[in-house]
Amino acid sequence: MLTSGAREKVEKLIACHPKKEAALLRVLHIVQQDQGYLSPETIASVADLMGMPAIKLYEVATFYTLYNKKPVGKYLIQVCANLSCSLMGADNLIRYLKDRLGVQVGETTPDNKFTLVTVQCLGSCGTAPMMQINDQYYEKLDEARIEQILASL
Amino acid sequence: MEKLLTKNIHLPDSHKIETYRATGGYKALAKALGEYSPEDIIDIVKRSGLRGRGGAGFPAGVKWSFMPKGTERPKYLICNADEGEPGTFKDRVILEKDPHQLLEGIIIASYAIGAQQAYLYIRGEFNLAIQRCEAAIREAYEHNFLGQNIMGKYYSLDILLPIGAGAYICGEETSLMESIEGKKGWPRIRPPFPANRGLFGCPTTINNVETLANVPHIIERGVEWYTSIGTDKNHGPKLYCVSGPVKRPGVYELPMGTPLPEIIFDHAGGLFEGRQLKGVIPGGSSTPILRPDEIQVNMDFDSLAKAGTMLGSAGIIVLDHTMCIVRSTLILANFYHHESCGQCTPCREGTGWLENILHHIEEGHGRPGDTDLLIEICDNIMGNAICPLGDAAAMAIGPAVKKYRDEFDYHLTNKQCLPETRK
Repeated sequence: MLTSGAREKVEKLIACHPKKEAALLRVLHIVQQDQGYLSPETIASVADLMGMPAIKLYEVATFYTLYNKKPVGKYLIQVCANLSCSLMGADNLIRYLKDRLGVQVGETTPDNKFTLVTVQCLGSCGTAPMMQINDQYYEKLDEARIEQILASL
Repeated sequence: MEKLLTKNIHLPDSHKIETYRATGGYKALAKALGEYSPEDIIDIVKRSGLRGRGGAGFPAGVKWSFMPKGTERPKYLICNADEGEPGTFKDRVILEKDPHQLLEGIIIASYAIGAQQAYLYIRGEFNLAIQRCEAAIREAYEHNFLGQNIMGKYYSLDILLPIGAGAYICGEETSLMESIEGKKGWPRIRPPFPANRGLFGCPTTINNVETLANVPHIIERGVEWYTSIGTDKNHGPKLYCVSGPVKRPGVYELPMGTPLPEIIFDHAGGLFEGRQLKGVIPGGSSTPILRPDEIQVNMDFDSLAKAGTMLGSAGIIVLDHTMCIVRSTLILANFYHHESCGQCTPCREGTGWLENILHHIEEGHGRPGDTDLLIEICDNIMGNAICPLGDAAAMAIGPAVKKYRDEFDYHLTNKQCLPETRK
């Protein structure tokens, strides 16, 4: 179930859109922020809220990569593996993070603290290599900087 | 050149309306609404020669003039801020550091095409940009630059801020419209074109962030001044992004048509010590790569087209001698395969084939004839997909295979990378 705060945000958002479908992507972002991921049950309850068929929401949720369809760790570490970051040593960082966290790409640490994934270009090529943890960009990375960041979480 | 698009970005609180107004912001809007009819604005932008900065280089004023007149249907303006072309990070600078410059452009453009509702679609990963634009929109409403009877004139405009969710394809204009409508981002078959049937089936104009950010400057300072910047048929300032192993990577605002070597070696400081240039992708990952002997070219739409490549989004990616060309091509093939929406066969299947074959070559399992097969697949995708994503994959991969064929053949024969590119 959505928290009342999230529900209120969703209702407000739908109200300011002349066509409610146009609010859907943002609604799903709010719901994900509230619930951590989009389970089939969550999607069904949002569909009720929006007065749309659940299958329409499911189609959208599965098309876009920013929606998590299964639970992720408290910190979702997304390392850019595209060309500019690769030219600046992204694979060494990915290897370092795998060793440091003891997980493969796509996995979550047993304490559910970190999930490590690689992502496509995040539009931060001039400050490569980079990663995003939850909403925050971290740029011009090296191993020492990664240690600093992990310690601060 | 005097900085225009980036003149404010180093000021403290450059994203706030007070800063923007203190440097002359929203004067162009007052001039547009006070002195010009919508037709005048379209005419001015046409004569300025402003060409779309999203990649295609289509004249913005001409695009605006396609909007039907005298229709009862609502009209929409969309600003495409779904910046996701690998190697491109210029729109993000405007969105984060000077959102009011963009809003002013959006409002003037909306007035010109007769839209009373605008949409600013930002990619979901750009959290800071989203926050800044949301705040800027609030400020603009408070100052009556948005809302009812803007600046006391008979023009009203509302703006909504849809947010993407991690799909490169949504940077394609019709896919972006599907996404705003709350659907998966499958591109539409054209015609009909957006000016006739766009968002919600209504007349729609869609422009890139940088394109719209140019508009207030053109209105404020006039066509003659604007066309004095740049080269023939390629006017105005341009934001060039430089990434890869160079000393000063970043966004550089320079006149349209600045020579590529000047950007790489003077502005970006050249390559790291000890690195040699292997190639340059001039306009984002989708534009054909240039070999070192091909980089003497001006960075504008027409010069790059003549050189067999494209200005695209002006995302200049510099490759040095330590990067294996099979690997760099594989990274891009993986990208296009991952981002193909799956709707049409040439792109969905073709990008998968490209990635698989490149993967085999890179892993030392390539077979004789694989290079020709890669080129053939690219030829079969090119021009046969619903939207430009398929062509983009073909342009990223085909020319790389052709121009660095020796290195591909080395891989096939020796089952490994060139010595200097081994990790």
